[in-house]
Amino acid sequence: MTADAPRQGLSEWLQSEQPASRRQARLGQAWRTWLAFTKNRLGMVGLGIVLLLVFVAIFADVIAPYDPVIGGDLRTLRLLPPSMDHLMGTDDLARDIFSRVIHGARLTLMVVALVAVIATPIGLLVGTTSGYFGGWLDIVLMRITDIFLAFPRLILALAFVAALGPGIENAIIAIAITSWPPYARLARAETLTIRNAEHIDAIRLQGASPARIIWGHVTPLCLSSVIIRVTLDMAGIILTAAGLGFLGLGAQPPQPEWGAMIAGGRRFLIDYWWVATMPGAAIFLVSLGFNLLGDGLRDVLDPKAAK
Amino acid sequence: MALIEIEDLEVTFGSGGRVVQALRNVSLSVCEEESFGIVGESGSGKSTVLRALCGLAPVTGGRMRIAGKAVPSPRDPEFYRRVQMVFQDPYASLHPRHTIDRVLSEPLAIHGFDRREQRVEQALDEVGLGAGFRFRYPHQLSGGQRQRVAIARALILEPSVILLDEPTSALDASIQAEVLNLLDRLRAERGLTYVLVSHDLAVVSHMCDRLVVMQSGEVVEHLTREALKDHVTKNDYTSNLLTASEGFTRDPAPQR
Repeated sequence: MTADAPRQGLSEWLQSEQPASRRQARLGQAWRTWLAFTKNRLGMVGLGIVLLLVFVAIFADVIAPYDPVIGGDLRTLRLLPPSMDHLMGTDDLARDIFSRVIHGARLTLMVVALVAVIATPIGLLVGTTSGYFGGWLDIVLMRITDIFLAFPRLILALAFVAALGPGIENAIIAIAITSWPPYARLARAETLTIRNAEHIDAIRLQGASPARIIWGHVTPLCLSSVIIRVTLDMAGIILTAAGLGFLGLGAQPPQPEWGAMIAGGRRFLIDYWWVATMPGAAIFLVSLGFNLLGDGLRDVLDPKAAK
Repeated sequence: MALIEIEDLEVTFGSGGRVVQALRNVSLSVCEEESFGIVGESGSGKSTVLRALCGLAPVTGGRMRIAGKAVPSPRDPEFYRRVQMVFQDPYASLHPRHTIDRVLSEPLAIHGFDRREQRVEQALDEVGLGAGFRFRYPHQLSGGQRQRVAIARALILEPSVILLDEPTSALDASIQAEVLNLLDRLRAERGLTYVLVSHDLAVVSHMCDRLVVMQSGEVVEHLTREALKDHVTKNDYTSNLLTASEGFTRDPAPQR
């Protein structure tokens, strides 16, 4: 593939019925998935919002007009309403709320990414192992999962944060620990339907080890539904992080975390509505974005939903 | 000398209250480079014989020997190199997210074969699929092409025994003939031993020299191809099966 080949040629190369290499086959498959995804308009809106979040988080220093932590003159710049100087107004410590919301995107993205990176593999591993082997291992692993599922998520996260001490890192660990059980359940249910499939029997007859079967054959088939579930849960994760922040157990002041900002603005909710509303709108927008993205992904990735 | 010997094989599914005995006292022997058929209606346990031999069904009694040696349990890599299986449904027996290349390379990787690239290409050639199929996904292939890939996968470890579990029943008639001819050719070229399970007597009489008829988990009759063609049977069930295989007639089947 040369760089100056016309775009039409690239598209044909990707959609070739006779790919000539592993890379072309994989890219072609990804391209077909992408084409199917672009047909879903709401999914694209969700993807746009999530990409905006990533963009804002990366370039927060450039975008934010003021320092998110150090405020201005406390005599003249406190609790100003939204204006051209301060797009979202200022808070009670004379800090620009717009800058704080922009920098808060970093914390939110960190929470979301770390929780996804920690919780998804745990859930997948527990679920596929449990479903594939069955028997007493299944019973033990699923009862542990049940115990975690039986607690309300925010309460369990609260208990962990109370034990580990407040702070954004501990909030992330707490949320990750409480969010893997649904993924384990989902992966186990998928594995149960897959493990008796003929293609699993076939690879077993090739002499593959259980680890190879679980990792190479079962997990790829569970992955799409788990990815969809994780994306849809992102909204809940953001809200839990915001809830912990609101209760003072997540990010600590002066970190610009959206939940903590709402908690700070609560005192002036009636007179200075923008202090709590602006970070709330940010949480709403990002949660909505992840939900739309998850819905779009489900339409593309879930073979059962395919027309 | 018999290559595969099965004596008094018993398979029981379930435990506690609900027990289903799928096989009772099944005995048969398959000679080297022979094509051996197992026929019977649905639920007669014919596929279970193959699955028990491979270790996919719970064996509760009896002995299985291959080349005079008892089949180890769990099966060892040597067993898998000697015995391979082709499944009934080509739509279910290939992993939907793996390319044909991966399907064929993985057994080679598991057993540490060398020259993998050439072996994969050679296997595709042998089953009549060109190298152009190598990096396709199963959903880009037709049923017959998929079954050819499944046959290539079974052959790639160079086994001496191939277990065929209704290899053509999911394919339409013209493709059936192609796949059966392919299997015939491969057996002649490589000196393979086949154990073919089918409910289709035409397929079995085309492919097999000897066969057994099974009914509700038991072997009811041993037959040769000539006996099958001439309808020389001792057993009522077998003659009913033969009559039924001729399709619909206005005369009712003889009742016993």
